[in-house]
Amino acid sequence: MRLARRVLPPAILLLVLFGAWELYVDLGGVDRLVLPAPRDVARSLFEDRSLLLSNLLVTAKEVLLGGVLAVVLGFGLAVAIQFSRTLRAAVYPLLIGSQAVPVVVIAPVLLIWLGFGLAPKLVVIALVSFFPVVVTTLAGFAAVDQDLMKLMRTFDATRLRSFWHVELPATMPRVFTGAKIAVAVAVIGAVFAEWTGSSAGLGYLLNQSIPQLLPARAMASVAILCVFAIALFGLLSLAERVAVPWAYQPRGEISP
Amino acid sequence: MPAKGATHTILPAPVKELDLHQGPAGVCIENVTRTFATRRGEVTALARMSLTAAAGEIVAVVGPSGCGKTTLLEIICGLQEPDSGTVRSAPAALMPQRDLLLPWLSALDNAALALRARGVGREQARATAAPWLERFGLAGFERTRPAQLSGGMRQRVSFLRTLLAGKPVLALDEPFASLDAITRAEMQGWLGQVLANEPRTVVLVTHDVEEAVVLADRVVVMSPRPGRVVADLEVALDRPRHRTASEVIEIRESALECLGMDR
Repeated sequence: MRLARRVLPPAILLLVLFGAWELYVDLGGVDRLVLPAPRDVARSLFEDRSLLLSNLLVTAKEVLLGGVLAVVLGFGLAVAIQFSRTLRAAVYPLLIGSQAVPVVVIAPVLLIWLGFGLAPKLVVIALVSFFPVVVTTLAGFAAVDQDLMKLMRTFDATRLRSFWHVELPATMPRVFTGAKIAVAVAVIGAVFAEWTGSSAGLGYLLNQSIPQLLPARAMASVAILCVFAIALFGLLSLAERVAVPWAYQPRGEISP
Repeated sequence: MPAKGATHTILPAPVKELDLHQGPAGVCIENVTRTFATRRGEVTALARMSLTAAAGEIVAVVGPSGCGKTTLLEIICGLQEPDSGTVRSAPAALMPQRDLLLPWLSALDNAALALRARGVGREQARATAAPWLERFGLAGFERTRPAQLSGGMRQRVSFLRTLLAGKPVLALDEPFASLDAITRAEMQGWLGQVLANEPRTVVLVTHDVEEAVVLADRVVVMSPRPGRVVADLEVALDRPRHRTASEVIEIRESALECLGMDR
C-alpha cells in the first residue's frame, strides 16, 4: 500500500505526459526527425539495447570514479578547512571562484593536456561535483553543537578526539546530502566531457545520433542517463540509511 | 565564607571551617569578574563573585535567569578565563543543561564517552561503564539509542558520562530543568543517593530553590546580572530530606526572600 502510494503518482504522471506527447506527434503532423514520438524512443531503447548498454558502461565507470574522486576531494578539503582558519581564509574564496569558471572553457584545454582517455573526464566530473560536498560538509561542521565541543574539552579530549567522536559522526548525514547532489551533477559532467571529445559513452552516442538523424536514439540515451542518475541517487539514499540510521529514527519515548 | 555585603547565615548551625583553600578537591573562586562584549555594549556576567566548595561539599547556586550561573560553571571547568579575580579549582567535569547525548551512540557508548575522550579503547571503556549503567537503573538499555530513552533516563546517562570523566569536581548546570515535575522530583532523590554513595565536590547550578535545599550542603543565592553572591545559606539537615519538611520549607523561604521573591 505504501509502495503503491510512492510509485503510482509518478507512474501516472509519466503515462499522462507520454500519452500527450504521443498524441501530439501523431495528430499534430510533427516531423519524426524533429520530434520522435515516445513509441520511437521505446523502439530505439529495444533495438539499440546492446549499443546503449556498452556506452552506458563507459559513462557509468566515469561517473562512479569521478564521483568517488569528488566526494573524497570535497570531504578532504572540508576537513582541512575545518582544521585551519588560515586555510579557510585562503582556500574558500578560490573554491567558490572555481565554480564560476565555465567548464566549457576548461574541457577543451584538458583534452589538449590529458588526451581523449579517462583522465580528462574524471577531472571535469570532479570539478563540477566536488563543490556541493565541500559546502554541505562544512555546513555540517558548523552545525555541530558548540556546547558538545565544550563538554569534550572538560573531558580532556584532544582536538583530534573531539573531531573523531563528535564532529565527524555528526556531519556524516550532511556528507551524504552532498554526495547525492554530487552524483546528479556528475552525470551532467560526464556527458559534457564526452561531448567535448571521446570515442565512447552515452554523451558520445548522444552527440553522434543528432547528425546521423537518429533523434529517437539520442532521446533513448537521455532516458538511460536519467534512469542511471536516479538509480545512483537511490543507492546513496539506501547507503545513508544503513550508515547513519540515527538521523532517521523517529523520536519515540518509552516511559521512565 | 567571609561576610560580604548582604551575605548572611540563616541557621544557627556552626559554619564549617573552610579548609578548602588548600584542599586538592575543592573549588575556590575569589572576586571573579567576567564581562562580555556584545553588540549592545558590555555585559557584566559576574561582578566580584566569590564561591567556595570544600572537598566533598555540595554547593547549590541559585539565581534568576541570566545571572551568570553558566559562566560561573564554565570558569570552574576552565572553559573561560575570568577578566579579574582568582580561580583555584580541582579538575572539573561539566554536566550540561541539555543532555547533549550523541544520537548515533548507544546509552552505553554515550556513558563511556568521557573515557573514549581520554583515549581509552572502546572495549575497555564499555567494560568500565557497563556496571555503572546497571547501578543507575539502566540495565537492559545498554544498546538503546538516546532517542528511545525517556527524559529521566537520558539525564541519568548524561550524569554518568560526567561522573566517569573521573574528575573530583562535578559542575552540574540545571541538570533537571528540562524534565517534567514528577520526573524531576524522582531524579533529585536519585541524585541525592548517588552522591551519598559516590561523594564528589559538586557545584549545582539551578533556578529551582527547592532542588537546591533538598540536595545541597550550602545554598548560594546570586543577584540578577551582574551576578554576585547575596546570601550563603547553610543547610545542616539530615538526608534524605523531604521537600515538605518544615526545615526544608524554612530554608527555601529564606532563599526565596534573598531572591526577592518572597511576596
